[in-house]
Amino acid sequence: MIDALPLSVTLPLLGALAVTVSPAHARGLGLLAAVLTAASGVAVTAAVWSDGVLRADLGGWGVPLGIALEADGLSAAFLAMANVVALAISVYAGGYFKQETAQHFWPLWLLLWSALNGLFLATDLFNLYVTLELLGLSAAALGALTGTREAVAANLRYLLVGLLGSMSYLLGVALVYAAYGVLDIGLVAEAIAPGPVAWTAMALMIGGLILKAALFPMHFWLPPAHANAPAPVSAALSALVCKAAFYLVLRLWLDVFAPVLNEAAANLLGMLGAAAVVWGSWRALRAERLKLLAAYSTVAQVGYLFIAFPLLAATPPGLARDNLLAAVVLLALTHGFAKAGFFLAAGMVQKTAGHDRIDDLGGAAQALPAATFAIGLAGVALIGLPPSGTFLAKWMMLEQAMILGHWWWLVVMMIGTLLAAAYIFRVLSRAFNREPAPYRFVNDARTELPALLLGLIATFGLGIAAQPLWVLLEQGGFG
Amino acid sequence: MTDQLLYAQLLYGGSGIILVLLGLWSFLVHAPLLRKLIAINVMGAGVFLILVAIAYRGIDTPPDPIPHALVLTGIVVAVSATALALAFGKRLDQDAEPE
Repeated sequence: MIDALPLSVTLPLLGALAVTVSPAHARGLGLLAAVLTAASGVAVTAAVWSDGVLRADLGGWGVPLGIALEADGLSAAFLAMANVVALAISVYAGGYFKQETAQHFWPLWLLLWSALNGLFLATDLFNLYVTLELLGLSAAALGALTGTREAVAANLRYLLVGLLGSMSYLLGVALVYAAYGVLDIGLVAEAIAPGPVAWTAMALMIGGLILKAALFPMHFWLPPAHANAPAPVSAALSALVCKAAFYLVLRLWLDVFAPVLNEAAANLLGMLGAAAVVWGSWRALRAERLKLLAAYSTVAQVGYLFIAFPLLAATPPGLARDNLLAAVVLLALTHGFAKAGFFLAAGMVQKTAGHDRIDDLGGAAQALPAATFAIGLAGVALIGLPPSGTFLAKWMMLEQAMILGHWWWLVVMMIGTLLAAAYIFRVLSRAFNREPAPYRFVNDARTELPALLLGLIATFGLGIAAQPLWVLLEQGGFG
Repeated sequence: MTDQLLYAQLLYGGSGIILVLLGLWSFLVHAPLLRKLIAINVMGAGVFLILVAIAYRGIDTPPDPIPHALVLTGIVVAVSATALALAFGKRLDQDAEPE
């Protein structure tokens, strides 16, 4: 049997090569590669689900020298989300880009996908650095695809900030290697001991990553970069690229630096997250353009994810902590689906109306009922109304904060939820501005259905059928 | 012998840390793209120097190959990133000319 693990990294890479060689068939080849990649990604998740942790030592070289790929419950959960969302984005992009832009889009997009899958599966701190850089480079190039001055300037800034983040991460990796002589996550976790070296390495690595994950106040680069990119790219940046950095923070936190953590660091992350929730939601409410609103909403949603760290640190190991961890992952996954759906639908509105000014959206519900419905569905998940996955996740986080007596996180999450409701309803109230009945529900199935399906998964799929995630996350950690 | 090893590692590793700090300072302070890019490359050189210092195991022992492999990969990444940033910068300059 061919191993699905390396396939999910090599298939998009081969696809990128194929579309570069034959740009005339970029769309067909790209879509083919997308379908195959998504299938291999989902196959990995299914295999982890049924058989437990998967591991592949490439070329037969074992640790500490070889490059190994490993999928446990955490990586499998993120992998499944990323590949389903990426497939939806690919189908949407197939109808969105004109031939000329498509030739530039597909190679970069498949490269980004390959880096993303590599990042979720890598087991070694340095390979994580390489995938992180590949992800950053292809994301910045994709974001500037429209070629407008704003897009290029925003993505240049994104690239430079990303480089600074990776430098900081790499310095942390160098320190870890100097102190322990190993890079494999499992081996580092065994060797690590509290001390100045471990603390400095942790600060450098996690500091670099929160720059890439756009945690407040390091979020300044995100709104212009995400709002000026073409819609499918915005969706990928907000839903997947930021999540990759968050995944890595979570992975390092849980598996590598677990013995050296202290509550002060967790509280710092939590406070930054709280500030991000309030500030991001507020700016989203004040945003004049739909895509800018979505970008600031991403800043806020990343904040919720980081509020989980002080809760995780304060909860003793056991069922409560497992539930909390699953809730955080569920929140990240739901946001991935919802924000991708939101951006795809917003792109539809922008393309049809020629603009995405929220105040002038009147009649969008009539002209684009499916896209507006998708925005509504994604909105339900962004606010955290039942039965979305966000509702379940926020509920569990709130419950745990109450049990611990940390009521201030509760206040922050409530404020964020109210503000989210305000900015989503602001969009919907404008969209339903005019009377006439819709002509047709779906105007362009190829671009509207992916957005609609992503919204549905975020709102109904992950909320009602969240149980599998718990089963998946039981499939041990690295090492 | 160990004294000499420690001294060499401290000298090169310490220089690496100084380069990283200088690069970071310059990156944060100077606005022009070219200066920022040079700054980030100086930072990169600092990190690579630290990695090379880690690899050094004395005059009689062959150096540890893993950090060397990391440095090589890191240089490739740094060159590609610099190239992309320069391409962006060139695009911005071209757009600015007609004004």
